[in-house]
Amino acid sequence: MIALTDQAFDPGAELNRFCAQLAGSGAETGAVASFVGIARGEAGAATALELQAYPGFTEAEIGTIAQAAMSRFGLRGFAILHRVGKIAPGEVIVFVATASAHRRAAFEACDHLMDYLKSRAPFWKKEHGPGGERWVEPTARDLADAARWD
Amino acid sequence: MQVLLFGRLSDIAGWREKRFDPAPPRLSALKALIASEDRTLGEALDGAGVRAAVDKALVRGDVALLAGCEVAFLPPMSGG
Repeated sequence: MIALTDQAFDPGAELNRFCAQLAGSGAETGAVASFVGIARGEAGAATALELQAYPGFTEAEIGTIAQAAMSRFGLRGFAILHRVGKIAPGEVIVFVATASAHRRAAFEACDHLMDYLKSRAPFWKKEHGPGGERWVEPTARDLADAARWD
Repeated sequence: MQVLLFGRLSDIAGWREKRFDPAPPRLSALKALIASEDRTLGEALDGAGVRAAVDKALVRGDVALLAGCEVAFLPPMSGG
């Protein structure tokens, strides 16, 4: 499942839904890993984040990487839910869950998908704060993290 | 043709979406046309890490453009 939403969501409910779908899928799953990204307030420096996507293109690009991760890590399934629009500090920006037969593949695939989403997926992120607004571009660390999987 | 700008490019341009008719025959011609209207935006389109997509597929180099296509300019990406 890949989805973009402009509405706040409950990551716990998403994880429950993902696990329930796996239980009904037939393939035996022994491990589910998940990641929840939350907007930081940066001690008052960030009052809101604004996430822009390219509808249609963004989901398709994520889909290509997620399908490759399915075979690379032998996943039983995945879920990626990403916010777009204005996001307040403390709200969830992204939820990623991966399922596999054993834990290592689920952990690694989740890590890999998050590294991809941070610096290579088609999103553009603007930080709003008391000092104005600025477009956030991937840090050297983000780029190095994503390159670990090349 | 429809041209879409994302991220900082739309702030530089002051627009996110604009029609260009008739469609320039190639991506290089479209960029030259945009640069002739807005030099700052033209330079930004040639900036580091800016990529182009035609009809929602990334392209490399100077591709031919068809009338009615959708061209998007994509600055460096950052999600999560």
